Amino acid sequence: MVDALPLLEARGLVKVYPGVRALDGADFTLRAGEVHALMGENGAGKSTLIKALTGALAPDAGEVRLGGRVIRPRSPVEAQRLGISTVYQEVNLAPNLSLAENLLLGRQPRRLGLIDRRAVRRRAEAIMAGLGVRADVGRPLGSLPIAVQQMAAIGRALDLDARVLVLDEPTSSLDAEETARLFGAVRSLAARGMGVVFITHFIGQVYEVCARVTVMRGGRVVAVRDAGGLPRLELVALMLGVSMEEARAIERAHARAGSSAEVALRARGLRRGRVGPIDLDLRRGGALGLAGLLGSGRTETARMIAGADRHESGRVEIDGRSVPTSPPRRAIAAGVALCPEDRKAEAIVPGLSVRENIALAVQARQGWWRPIGRRAQRNLAERFVRSLRIATPGVEKPAGELSGGNQQKVVLARWLAAEPRVLLLDEPTRGIDVGAKAEIERLVGDLCARGVAVLFISSEVEEVGRVCDRVLVLRDGRAAGELSGEGVTVAAVMRLIAGEGERA
Amino acid sequence: MRDSARAAVRAIGRAAPAAAAVGLLLAFNAAFTPGFFDLAVADGRLAGSLVDVVNRGAVVALLALGMALVIATGGVDLSVGAVMAIAGATAATLVAQHGASPWAAIAGALAVGAAAGAFNGALVAGAGVQPIVATLVLMVAGRGAAQLLTGGQIVTFNDPVLNFIDGGFVAGVPMPVLIAAGALALGLALTRGTALGLFVEATGDNERAARLAGVRVRAVKAAAYVLCGVAASVAGLLAASDIRAADANNAGLYLELDAILAAVLGGTALRGGRFSLVGAVLGALFIQGLTTTLYLHDVSPNATLAVKAGAVLAVCLAVSERVRAWVGRK
Amino acid sequence: MVQRPGRFRFLRALRDLRVHGLLSPQDVPLAATVGVLLALFAACAIAFPGFLSPGVARNLLVGNAALGLVCIGMTFVIISGGIDLSVGAAIGFSSILIASLVQQGWHPMPAFGLALTVGAAGGATMGTLIHRFALPPFLVTLAGMFLYRGGALMVSERSITIRHPLHRTLAEWGSGPVPPAVVMFVVAAGAGFVVARWTRFGRDVYALGGGEESARLMGVRVAGVKVRVYAISGLCAALAGVAMTLATGAGNATAGHLAELDAIAAVVIGGTPLSGGAGSMVGTVAGVLIFGLIQEAMPRAGVTNSWWFRIAVGGLLLGFVLLQRGLEGRRGQ
Repeated sequence: MVDALPLLEARGLVKVYPGVRALDGADFTLRAGEVHALMGENGAGKSTLIKALTGALAPDAGEVRLGGRVIRPRSPVEAQRLGISTVYQEVNLAPNLSLAENLLLGRQPRRLGLIDRRAVRRRAEAIMAGLGVRADVGRPLGSLPIAVQQMAAIGRALDLDARVLVLDEPTSSLDAEETARLFGAVRSLAARGMGVVFITHFIGQVYEVCARVTVMRGGRVVAVRDAGGLPRLELVALMLGVSMEEARAIERAHARAGSSAEVALRARGLRRGRVGPIDLDLRRGGALGLAGLLGSGRTETARMIAGADRHESGRVEIDGRSVPTSPPRRAIAAGVALCPEDRKAEAIVPGLSVRENIALAVQARQGWWRPIGRRAQRNLAERFVRSLRIATPGVEKPAGELSGGNQQKVVLARWLAAEPRVLLLDEPTRGIDVGAKAEIERLVGDLCARGVAVLFISSEVEEVGRVCDRVLVLRDGRAAGELSGEGVTVAAVMRLIAGEGERA
Repeated sequence: MRDSARAAVRAIGRAAPAAAAVGLLLAFNAAFTPGFFDLAVADGRLAGSLVDVVNRGAVVALLALGMALVIATGGVDLSVGAVMAIAGATAATLVAQHGASPWAAIAGALAVGAAAGAFNGALVAGAGVQPIVATLVLMVAGRGAAQLLTGGQIVTFNDPVLNFIDGGFVAGVPMPVLIAAGALALGLALTRGTALGLFVEATGDNERAARLAGVRVRAVKAAAYVLCGVAASVAGLLAASDIRAADANNAGLYLELDAILAAVLGGTALRGGRFSLVGAVLGALFIQGLTTTLYLHDVSPNATLAVKAGAVLAVCLAVSERVRAWVGRK
Repeated sequence: MVQRPGRFRFLRALRDLRVHGLLSPQDVPLAATVGVLLALFAACAIAFPGFLSPGVARNLLVGNAALGLVCIGMTFVIISGGIDLSVGAAIGFSSILIASLVQQGWHPMPAFGLALTVGAAGGATMGTLIHRFALPPFLVTLAGMFLYRGGALMVSERSITIRHPLHRTLAEWGSGPVPPAVVMFVVAAGAGFVVARWTRFGRDVYALGGGEESARLMGVRVAGVKVRVYAISGLCAALAGVAMTLATGAGNATAGHLAELDAIAAVVIGGTPLSGGAGSMVGTVAGVLIFGLIQEAMPRAGVTNSWWFRIAVGGLLLGFVLLQRGLEGRRGQ
């Protein structure tokens, strides 16, 4: 196994975007017949690596070899033809066509120039049976369970004679039974000599199905290890970029002034889909950190509290009174504001000016018939541009033209201007430079000092430790434990995230 | 204060294509159309080619005002031509067949326009139907409804108040010009004098972000369709007053397309977001100016359609991001 | 298993129907269309004596052959996720083009050929613009509409009578047992049915309508499919123009007035959602027949006013739009 000729090999891949080195000389090796986990938190570079391997983007430097030959696929379709197929988290098939057609689109068997629908059906049934899935291949794909759709994507890849299969977070919307079935199929594919790259954020699944693990951070590969010889805690430490010694040693730099006992917001039994039930309390002047890996339910929890998604059960109380939080307008009226994780899709209004973006929430609360004058808006915006040090030539600049960090500050300014009593920050420091990050961390401290209750979500455990006086750790949609005061240490948080001490 | 200057430049910038097109047209006429800029006052009434352009352009200008708002929310309203027909039919039948006062007829027409807009708004904002499909319903059925009102006849009327809407003059200025100007002023007051414009732009530019910021996106969308319906009914009153009759078959026929063209030419983003009411009116004036200019040069009205087609394509290409990227690469 | 909210629960309910041999969700719009058609037909047959005659059936087909032809092309366009507003004007253009060519001494056959070529080429050009520059289909085909209509009126504003022995013979067949327009419609519908269902191109059109990005990732040559879809629509419109000249014995620049609207309405009533990715030729033919039935039935029911027809079509359209919206489920929230 040690000297097996690599099936797919990447050497020194570099991809630079303005301001970021998304890939910084990444190497990756996949052997035939192995299931190989690719791990890393947001921004680690794994999706960029996958895109470079599958032709979705061209690397600035470095090369990719398939079976020893250098390849330069210019599109995913070309990569498919070469034998590298990708199954995305969002299934990229046609939901309106039948399962059989999705498996065979463009390669339907024909007779006399016309599609032989019966042969299509037969071949599709054979493919699915080969994966151990029983499904009606005549039904539209979109009406089948997500698990079957994922299997269809895999089946299509197989029928394309794929040698390498990339599974990009295939299990994030599957339940346990569906996941088990998927793993069964993946194992049998590997046994047939296919190389499988498996991207997931569920640590348990790595140990369940993968032989080797490549961990990425900051655009580089930080470790390639056999899964058997890698303890969970160490894997988490590698992903989060803390050395084991540090992890054990770091205690919080200073004890934070304890928050008041007064509860500003109390959530009980919040539940939606996979996530919940979740209970949490946000205290006046305190910052509660929500830690956990991607997909652990952090974002979903914040969104339920803010009414961005309606919770299916449970309640949110503010000052002891149960309040409706959906649509978000109601949560805002009750003093709850959310800076969502996906800044581009859900926060920034790119065509509007910095001034209008900052004034938007305040204006929305006032109603359309009581406009904030242009001068008042400008004063408001300029105040925040100064205090948050937003780098913009002027408040009339379209917000979409600012850098990521400055856009984030504009969104923060929007909510600070609304003077909320509870502020939910979902990954506020993601994808922004170090300076801006420190400023945002400091800002949270200032807000707490002014009596705002803050919920702070971040993938960086150290950051959570720096900013928050209490930390709630989530795992697989449930609370895994809560830490407070001196108990908030990186090591303790990581232990909860990794789920060590429970079943390994 | 340099900032406010910059804001002003941006606001004008949106209307720039329309302004440039109008400018080109004026330059062409200055060079090749003798007497185009002549203004005469006959019987205390302003007359001349320029006045004519504005006068005839008023109908499309009104439609374009409403259309700009709807497009800015990320939608489109295909039913404005049909709504014109309904509004004209309502006013004409109220006066000619039910002996109503002209004021009641005008109020009735406006109410019908608002109701039509509310229907579109309910489908789009309430039921979540794609705007093209939702407004197609009224585009198809609307003319039938108008004919139902008129009994399939061309209902003529002769009422001094209704006649005055299109044919009258105030201080020498034709009424359509005043009505269009008034509608523009009202539109500006409604959108820029309140926060409605901001909400419309936020909704069209990033609906999810607007919702999370607390904007009532559904109400904003519905309001845009209602305003568009009311503007269309005013346009319908003008068209009916022009011929002193309600012609359910031909009133406003294909004008929805002119309105969309005017709005887009006037700098309203087709995917929603920023809009410019001044630009929409300029766009309408350009379309009418083009027609009048071609007419003055004895080009057949049919060729005008072909020129219009060219204008639509030119506008499409000018606002296409892909074309910009393509040109930028060269 | 975890119960997924909303849409799946609904689809599961429908699946249960199918398991019991009743319905599958993608068939619901088509079933509704066919149901409406059959109900209408039954109602007419009961209410109006003599409705079940070959003459009525003939009228139904002859009167709607041109619309039907346009609808076949439009079905492809709409399934692909686009829309074509130029078809009505394209009918007028091909109609007047043929008449004027014959007037200048052309034989009708090459005149037909040229008209069909122009139709297909015009459609292909629009498709290319739409794809190459990512332009909204309804604006590009709107430009096409202005261009065709203006061009047609420039050829001649007056109707031109076609005087040619062959054309006269063909036109006379129109009142015989095998009207050429109906033959064209039936053949085109059959061809459309086969192409949509049994060719790779046809399935690619559905895939494209299901999502352009996914289709591209699945290896569909998006550019080629789009161009061909609009070319087919243009070709069908030109065919409808030919049918019009046969029916009237003349070319008319204003022929096909509002036909784009009727065609879109008939296709949607035929169960093809404007959002693309679904629909069928059978449904479209049913939609056209519903159109025709309403037209036939109204005078018999004593409704001589044409406006009730438009209102009825609008009402049907609303019903189908809401039905389709209901089937999609509540997206997003």
